[in-house]
Amino acid sequence: MRQSTTKRFLGKLGMYTLLTIFLIISVFPFYWMLVGSTNPSDKMISSPPTLTFGGQFMENLVNLNNTVGIWRVMFNSLFVAGLYVVIALIVSTAAAYAFAKFQFKGRNTIFIIMILSMMIPYQATIIPLFQMMSAYGLLDTYFALIAPQLCYPFAIFLMRQNFLAFPDSLLESARLDGAHEFKIFTKIVLPSMKPALAATSIFLFMYQWNNFMWPLVAIRTEEMYTFPVALSTLNGVSYTDYGQMMMGISLATIPIIIVFLILQKHFISGMLGSAVK
Amino acid sequence: MMKQTKAPYFFIAPAVILFLIFTAYPIIASLYLSFHQKEDGAYTFAGLSNYTRLLNDSIFWTALSNTFIIFILQVPLMLMLAIILASVLNSQLLKLKALFRVSFFLPAVTSLVAYSLLFSIMMQNNGLFNELLGYIGIDGIPWLSDSVWAKFSIVMAMTWRWVGYNMIIFLAGLQNIPEEMYEAAAIDGAGKIRQFFSITVPSLKPIILFAGILSTIGTLQLFDEPFNLTGGGPGNSTMTLGLYIYENGFEYFDFSYGSAVAYVVVVLVAILSYGQFKFTGDKS
Repeated sequence: MRQSTTKRFLGKLGMYTLLTIFLIISVFPFYWMLVGSTNPSDKMISSPPTLTFGGQFMENLVNLNNTVGIWRVMFNSLFVAGLYVVIALIVSTAAAYAFAKFQFKGRNTIFIIMILSMMIPYQATIIPLFQMMSAYGLLDTYFALIAPQLCYPFAIFLMRQNFLAFPDSLLESARLDGAHEFKIFTKIVLPSMKPALAATSIFLFMYQWNNFMWPLVAIRTEEMYTFPVALSTLNGVSYTDYGQMMMGISLATIPIIIVFLILQKHFISGMLGSAVK
Repeated sequence: MMKQTKAPYFFIAPAVILFLIFTAYPIIASLYLSFHQKEDGAYTFAGLSNYTRLLNDSIFWTALSNTFIIFILQVPLMLMLAIILASVLNSQLLKLKALFRVSFFLPAVTSLVAYSLLFSIMMQNNGLFNELLGYIGIDGIPWLSDSVWAKFSIVMAMTWRWVGYNMIIFLAGLQNIPEEMYEAAAIDGAGKIRQFFSITVPSLKPIILFAGILSTIGTLQLFDEPFNLTGGGPGNSTMTLGLYIYENGFEYFDFSYGSAVAYVVVVLVAILSYGQFKFTGDKS
């Protein structure tokens, strides 16, 4: 008996040790990112390493703003991601509803094609997209940054999973009452979908906020920089100011962490729901 | 009744139109480009010449093998860690579950560019990693300046970024395994490790497949990390197919050749996904 209690204690100790080590590995880089944003550049590659906050916060912010115009970058990123989420959410929610709750010709074919398209690497579309935008003079516009991924099949997939669980009987009784299809969708179905809509919104927001390759190609001038593109230009060939860079990384990362921490319940449960079946 | 047959078309119309313009058309157009060549400002049919050019292009082969090395090291390592963490977190007895879950997921919300740059600072020769390793008597590791270590650095950074994400996917799957299965196994005398291999792993098979395919697609397009963490170097030691597509398309503006490389990635994703279906060997 005593032996098995010891064994269980050791097992538990091992479990918590493992989890704590992973917790430190997961979280420490974020702490160090903040440390870096308050220290001068050379402190990031100093011996002994710098592990505490310094007094360079304002200098780094001012320098960063002089280099890339960080408030403009922040505005671009927020504007592009915000508008994208609104439109993409409407587009994918409407489509997902039709895929889940209607019988119509071509339904399965269209759905399967969209899902399979997720397997085609983004890079296979980027060259023709560039030519298209360039031909219509749309490079370096918000339109170019927002439009290409508005139909985001993963969002359609996520929303469809949630609509499938909505009872058909409610739809039918509303139809018998003579309600218009559009009304049924907006007044009866959507209000019960708030958690799913929240989860899908975070997905879409993160996708656009973090998107790099397409903006890198589509943006021509500094005024249009989004965070990933702006940060990437800080990585100089000969000299990199790490203080500035850490400040930029922090500014790009903190908003999304705050949003995530506030909505994490929806987000994680949205993901937990989507992965199964 | 008429209304009912038309309504769904209104609902899907925006998605379908956007899909045709911004996804379907570019996919077909780049296939078309890969069989054409620009001559005097116009594209003329070039047969397989872009593809035969690949065969003799040593940078392409380097990119292909680098992508594969990273893929083969990173995907199994990440999935294994994710399954282990998920099954530990799924334990009934564990306290602070929410704290661990959120912390492990945190890296997955950072932008690929941001974390790549953060790692690039930590991995400098006299950066944080080497300073900390120095305390336990390990001499400076050339994280970014050695051709073998640079690949490993990318694998490490990617694993940091993606383990939590996959862990959440596995947690979803684990919640569907009835606790009684573990209890029955425990009564039969199976230890935790035995239970892990005879219950957890087989039950998660479809989800491992799902996560495996997602990671395959992601790794074969690898771009943000080599672009920002290693710049494809030293030499071409971390040149990936994704980076090579970008270089050809947007540094040399050879759209046809870039498209041919992109289609190699398309075919590889198809083959590897199919292979994983076969390997895990069932439906769904």
